[in-house]
Amino acid sequence: MGMLTPLGGDVASTWEGILAGRSGIRAIEHFDTEAFATKFAGLVPEFPLEDYLSTKEARKMDLFVQYGMVAAIQAIRDAGLDMDKENGERIGAAIGSGIGGLTNIEENHQKLMESGPRKLSPFFVPSTIINMIAGNLAIMFGLKGPNFATVTACTTGTHNIGFAAQQIQLGTADVMVAGGAEKGSTPLGMGGFAAARALSTRNDDPQGASRPWDRDRDGFVLSDGAGALVLEEYERAKARGANIYGELIGFGMSDDAYHMTAPSEDGAGAALSMGNAFRDAGVDPSLVGYVNAHATSTKVGDLIEIHAVKKVFGDHATKLAMSSTKSMVGHLLGAAGAVEAIFTLLAMRDSVAPPTINLDNPDDGCDLDLVPNQAQSRPIDMALSNSFGFGGTNGSLLFRKV
Amino acid sequence: MSSIEERVQKIIVEQLGVKPEDVKSEASFVEDLGADSLDTVELVMALEEEFETEIPDEEAEKISTVQAAVDYIKAHS
Repeated sequence: MGMLTPLGGDVASTWEGILAGRSGIRAIEHFDTEAFATKFAGLVPEFPLEDYLSTKEARKMDLFVQYGMVAAIQAIRDAGLDMDKENGERIGAAIGSGIGGLTNIEENHQKLMESGPRKLSPFFVPSTIINMIAGNLAIMFGLKGPNFATVTACTTGTHNIGFAAQQIQLGTADVMVAGGAEKGSTPLGMGGFAAARALSTRNDDPQGASRPWDRDRDGFVLSDGAGALVLEEYERAKARGANIYGELIGFGMSDDAYHMTAPSEDGAGAALSMGNAFRDAGVDPSLVGYVNAHATSTKVGDLIEIHAVKKVFGDHATKLAMSSTKSMVGHLLGAAGAVEAIFTLLAMRDSVAPPTINLDNPDDGCDLDLVPNQAQSRPIDMALSNSFGFGGTNGSLLFRKV
Repeated sequence: MSSIEERVQKIIVEQLGVKPEDVKSEASFVEDLGADSLDTVELVMALEEEFETEIPDEEAEKISTVQAAVDYIKAHS
């Protein structure tokens, strides 16, 4: 597993921050936010890029590609895959992004306007298109198996993991590197989401801005970063003595078929996605100890997920722990599902439900165990991670402890 | 003020991520300095910017070595 988040440059430092209930949100300083309604975001801290990419390689990649590469390289190293000995034809990659290379799109558009088309970089297109994390990873490690990037807004990370697992089930690959990456904190990204009235404007308190289920929540906090996991056929992973974090036993999808950006009010789409994950796994929802919620800190979405969870879990909904790690890392959009899948696996490994910070006054109807402000020790043998995205697209991943 | 040779060398080092000592005058961008076709396009653009000149595509195709780049700049500045 590998990740780059506002809380740290790898899985260990991020997870430490999560368990301590730290916020990684801060003021934007890389462009002038004077005219912007929201002046903060979840930004990736300084990290040693040279440990992963040469300067020459990095120059040809938008930041979201660099982030995705870093997470994926960490994941491959962590998995102990020795590519000199592996058959590259049986290993693939599925890593997406919600938006793609906004930084380079903005820079090249400015060059086009100021100096004309001859000044566009020959690397403009290959540095910004979404499948170039999977593409560059293939070149670096000789991954000749299935190579793609699913794009489903904030469900991107979850869907890429789910589809990657299906490649292994189908027999088209033995190993898949899967995840998502995002660098949306650019003027276009911040301005665009603000125009959609989706972002918190709590500029006087960035670290208190992401507050899922709290009555004073006012929108999500946009964040950058990436997450990647190595998925491998179980017997093969066991045989080579790989460090197995958990088993992906169920993948569910659905669509709200309701509105471009708003979730359907009855939560039917979210419930269908979770239900499909349980059907896929053939297990009963009552076995789940922890749900990593999509909950982004928006007025409508947070409550709908609670309704949906009650519908799917029935009486068991009050017995499980459900939290939103977005309260600490913010919303990584196309990377959210990937980093949250990792948090879900670590919650099982360490028998701890990560907290929902800033949950000071739970809103009406938020009456489940939402792990307010303090991590909670508890045995977790099975856990679910949800993602819901613009376009009404939903995804749920169900994991079991091995 | 640096010489044209020095300025060309600096750009090649930056663009292609190579060591200054490898940028010998007879070195070919593709054969010796690890550039691909997109790298050479970008390199020519960087030379255009540094020397405030415009290199037509048919001329750019002929600039395949360090010496060729220096010669072109000298002839057109």
